[in-house]
Amino acid sequence: MLTKSFCSNLLKPTMLALALGTVSGAAVQAQTITAVMHAPLRAVDPVISTAYILRNFGYMIYDTPLALDSAGTPQPQMASWEVSEDGKTYTFTLRDGLTFHDGAPVTAEDVVASVTRWSKVDKTGQVMASLMTEMVAVDDKTWTMTFGEPTGIALIALSKPSGLAPFIMPASVAATPVSEPITSTIGSGPFKFVEEDYRPGVSATFAKFEEYVPREEPSDGMAGAKVVKVDEVVWTTMPDPMTSLNALMSGEIDFLEQTPHDLLPVIEGNPDISTRQVKKQGSQNLVRMNHTLPPFDNPKYREAVLLALGQQPMLDAQVGAGSDYSQACAAVFGCGSIYNYDYRADDIMNAHPEEAKAILDEVGYDGTPILLMHATDLATLNPQGPVIAAQLRDAGFTVDMVSMDWASVVARRASKATLADGGWNMFSTTNVLPDVANPIGFIGVAAGGDSAWFGWPDVPEIEELRMAIAQTADVDQQIEYAKKIDELVIDNGVMVPMGELFNVNAYSSKLTGLVESEAPVFWNVEKAE
Amino acid sequence: MLSFVVKRVLSAVPVLFMVAVIVFMVLRLSPGDPAVMIAGPNATSEQLADLRESMGLNRPLLEQLVIWLGDIGRGDFGTSLVSGKPVTELVMDRLWPTLALSTTTIILAVAVALPLGVIAAWQQGKWLDRLVMAGSVVGFSVPVFIIGYVMILIFARKLGWFPVQGYKPIADGFGEFASRLVLPSIALSFPYIALIARIVRTNVIEVMGEDYIRTARAKGQTERGVMTEHALRNAAVPIVTIIGVSIAMLISGVVVTESVFNIPGLGRLVLEAVLARDYTVIQAVILLFSTIYVFINLSVDLLYGLFDPRIRY
Repeated sequence: MLTKSFCSNLLKPTMLALALGTVSGAAVQAQTITAVMHAPLRAVDPVISTAYILRNFGYMIYDTPLALDSAGTPQPQMASWEVSEDGKTYTFTLRDGLTFHDGAPVTAEDVVASVTRWSKVDKTGQVMASLMTEMVAVDDKTWTMTFGEPTGIALIALSKPSGLAPFIMPASVAATPVSEPITSTIGSGPFKFVEEDYRPGVSATFAKFEEYVPREEPSDGMAGAKVVKVDEVVWTTMPDPMTSLNALMSGEIDFLEQTPHDLLPVIEGNPDISTRQVKKQGSQNLVRMNHTLPPFDNPKYREAVLLALGQQPMLDAQVGAGSDYSQACAAVFGCGSIYNYDYRADDIMNAHPEEAKAILDEVGYDGTPILLMHATDLATLNPQGPVIAAQLRDAGFTVDMVSMDWASVVARRASKATLADGGWNMFSTTNVLPDVANPIGFIGVAAGGDSAWFGWPDVPEIEELRMAIAQTADVDQQIEYAKKIDELVIDNGVMVPMGELFNVNAYSSKLTGLVESEAPVFWNVEKAE
Repeated sequence: MLSFVVKRVLSAVPVLFMVAVIVFMVLRLSPGDPAVMIAGPNATSEQLADLRESMGLNRPLLEQLVIWLGDIGRGDFGTSLVSGKPVTELVMDRLWPTLALSTTTIILAVAVALPLGVIAAWQQGKWLDRLVMAGSVVGFSVPVFIIGYVMILIFARKLGWFPVQGYKPIADGFGEFASRLVLPSIALSFPYIALIARIVRTNVIEVMGEDYIRTARAKGQTERGVMTEHALRNAAVPIVTIIGVSIAMLISGVVVTESVFNIPGLGRLVLEAVLARDYTVIQAVILLFSTIYVFINLSVDLLYGLFDPRIRY
């Protein structure tokens, strides 16, 4: 019979030998932070895709012209600026010591080429380009941006922290058409991409870029000094959240970008693990209706949906009832933004099924099913569909909830066809709060009909106000315009805000200095031995 | 024999061709668009059209199919639509972890299941038989991910004997390689042990009732001799079949184990590719799985001749 002592005698030396192999290997290893990010890295062009993992990747190896500080104010990063007296011309000057990872100096020509490519894809960049009359490199260190009217759009755009951020790459790389993903990973950021260790979908390694010259100001949000305090950061993919958490508790990884809320009790009270709620990395739920198809081509039906839906049941389904990691919020641009606004807060935050029913009676709803697309393969989105369907049914709608993977939702939501031909009435998703807090760039409020985001709302006043925000540098004026947009978005059913949920980072207590920022970044992070 | 092998290999060509065509058509006709996935929600219709053009997705389906078949005929499986890396490189990178896991699992499963099945047959109706059969029901019924989590909890978290997760190639050292395969192999072997043990038991019991077994006993052969020289050999054909099927099932069905133990294998690659609509990767992996099935079946057929001299090709 196998006894416990037999097992111990046999296995322990073996395991010890294996462990010794590991330890002796570790003794000569560089200081490494191993991080499990929210998604695998499978591509390397951070400009043409809005996948957040590519934004995070961009912040590792690229730098941005400007950056937002913790208060959300644009600050110099690669460049400082001056504005002409008429407010129409911005002159930017690159700071000294900026070099790409291949040793070439960063020039104004690189910046102009990179911003040009980025502005073909990014909404804020597109608005900036439409207002700009000229962008030229004056010399190696200086470039100018000239606008037809006085505007603050240049600073807003060049410090945009999320979605598609204006990452600066060599001009030869930035010359790649946006229809063609770049394959170069030469940036000028604080980390270098280790090409030979890159395994798409599995792991990516970033080594400290020794030649990087940080700013002298202290780190503040995305702005200030980016000082790398470890030798390398390794992103590894773990598809199973429970495994990630076990690996963190065993010390096999150091950082977990997104901790599933239902697993947080497992690590609470563990002295080796720290957690932090990062509100800037939170998300807003939203419901989107197709304005081009019945019944939501009729504003009365959109109003009925607004009244039928309430936020708390969805948030409870996503992060658990009574959780501190979510909040009901009526503001279209998020409750943490400078555009926070409580217009029709009760209607937005709480369900009013009887009032919704009254509207449906008034318009003579005949029970034609609403086709709701339900994404099942993403943990945050999966609970949304059933909650929305239940609330709509309570209000008298007939709902046909069609479950599919996210890729199918993405493909189908682009269809303007009728339901019989593959169209849709409604879907839900999330957007990260830094994107939401940008009235110019936030796709959820764009209302230019065919040029708007899926659902194609057509509210010209909103487009005029978005442009007006871009055309003024007066923050108070921008806030006033944003409030008007908020009202128009709600009254026209452009989108329905469904509350905010916040990301939780879990990490080894050996890590200190994590930056409070819109994206997870690894500069200034120290790892104790 | 050689002509049989050649004939079987040649007959695999139309099978694989049909698989290739069906996979290609099913993928292209299913919802989803890699260009939309890559370009994101802000892309204009012109940008999407340009991206589709650069990815070759704007061409007629038949043209795309012919180009792809021509390419794979030359051994070129194309590049991933998402990562831009050669598909062959991606598949080869993920093939070794899956092969390592599958090989250790099947060796473990056969090594444990064969004696268990024989013992159960030998002790038919007695408590040992019932114990083995009850164990096989449990092994077959409990999902692998539950077994995996429990093993991680006990052997990785509590006892600290093994790493929680990950895979290291053997080039990084045998200890690193082996220590990361122990838990996933054991967890994954449970259903296969259960399956193979039951098949072994059933077939050995059937053979033990044959006249030649009675004759062997009458001639004074020991029970061990009866079992190893007569019973097992005659029961081998269905056992080899189920082991072959198990290997094929293992290679194409390890995705859950790969996820729980974070092993970057083929199962995860194909799952990620499906979710991202990375057509070229999906097509290549499915074709690889089909090829593995075809050649495992061929190997099993050839092995029949080893165990049963009456089978000749």
